[in-house]
Amino acid sequence: MLDKIGIAKRIAQELQDGWYVNLGIGIPTLIANYVPPEINVEFQSENGILGMGPFPYAGEEDADLINAGKQTITSLPGASIFDSDTSFAMIRGQHIQLTVLGAMEVSDRGDIANWKIPGRMVKGMGGAMDLVASADNIIVAMMHTNKRGQSKLLKQCNLPLTGVRCVKRVVTNLAVLDIGPGGFHLRERAPGVSVEDIQAATEGRLIIEGDIPEIRTA
Amino acid sequence: MNKVVSGAAEAIRGVESGMTLMLGGFGLCGIPENCIAALVNANVNDLTCISNNAGVDDFGLGLLLQKRQIKKMISSYVGENDEFERQMLSGELEVDLIPQGSLAARCRAGGSGIPAFYTPAGYGTEVAEGKEVRYFNGKPHLLEHALTADFAIVKAWKGDPYGNLVYKGTARNFNPLMAMAGKITIAEVEELVAPGELDPNTIHTPGIFVQRIFQGPQYEKRIEQRTTRQRES
Repeated sequence: MLDKIGIAKRIAQELQDGWYVNLGIGIPTLIANYVPPEINVEFQSENGILGMGPFPYAGEEDADLINAGKQTITSLPGASIFDSDTSFAMIRGQHIQLTVLGAMEVSDRGDIANWKIPGRMVKGMGGAMDLVASADNIIVAMMHTNKRGQSKLLKQCNLPLTGVRCVKRVVTNLAVLDIGPGGFHLRERAPGVSVEDIQAATEGRLIIEGDIPEIRTA
Repeated sequence: MNKVVSGAAEAIRGVESGMTLMLGGFGLCGIPENCIAALVNANVNDLTCISNNAGVDDFGLGLLLQKRQIKKMISSYVGENDEFERQMLSGELEVDLIPQGSLAARCRAGGSGIPAFYTPAGYGTEVAEGKEVRYFNGKPHLLEHALTADFAIVKAWKGDPYGNLVYKGTARNFNPLMAMAGKITIAEVEELVAPGELDPNTIHTPGIFVQRIFQGPQYEKRIEQRTTRQRES
């Protein structure tokens, strides 16, 4: 089984040289720590920066330089700063090559729910709806089951949707799955996790073809 | 051309109960602190506030929420504010949550003479309820309408008496877009400089969009999530 860092490391393998990438809050943020050294990617934060760098050293925090999670950040050489409309022009206009975000539920058609639990959690969608409606390449990073052990990979999302038929790939603590014709196509399984374990933790339609290799994060 | 006013109290003159205000900022970054403080002290309520976020319990728009001066919030993300969540769930506060990119575009449209536009964001979700859907290139889009406000209140780093503004870092965010969409736009700045001191090539908001400007006496610039890394030894 992978931990959150393992999920981040696996997704980092998807990065390609020259890509512009938007990382959501939570597990996706960790991906920035595991970019393969031989490639160069620029991270976008939708509050208005391209070329986001690591957190600042203590004492060097700048209240005027934050990411979309409201965390203090730094900018790297080559960074640029812009207003929120320009930022979403990059997103809507499909100038970003990869979007990674967390989710509460994903359906086997690629629907995603990650912004609202009716009557309980009211935080808002932020930029998530704009991101999922326009991005070509969306990977969801999340745990396979919720805190009560229920599957988050469903036939149909129960929670209010963030977007429809948009997720391309899901990386969880148990598996890598692609969304394609017929449902979740199992591509890789986490170390120590069997295909049967994944089947048992997946409520949506799961398609298993051929040998399923183990995820490599080294 | 001199749009300079004496301070926040004079700048918000004319703001009345029931009006619609736009307030710049993302989280607590780039919010018009001095004008918010003046609004807390002014006897205005039933406000509709358009702002990406709603502050935290004891800073930013949270201060207006505490005093129940806000009737309706139009935002994209309102986490980090317990009082907001309480008022919303109890029905005391009306809330319109809209996708962040649509919010930005609606403000820009409002200031640009574009009454409405189509965007893919929110299709198939509850955001789409009651909205016209139209297909372009085989893909569904929602009709979203422009937003304007009686007053837009923005915060910039530097400004001049003409109302020209320059922002710093990610404190820019919604400020330039909202500056365009106010019937009256108020800019509070950290540094008010003489005409000609700002390089025209680097101005973010041309002064035509700004009606009143002042230098805030102080800025707390509170940090919401202070994150740091260890120095390599």
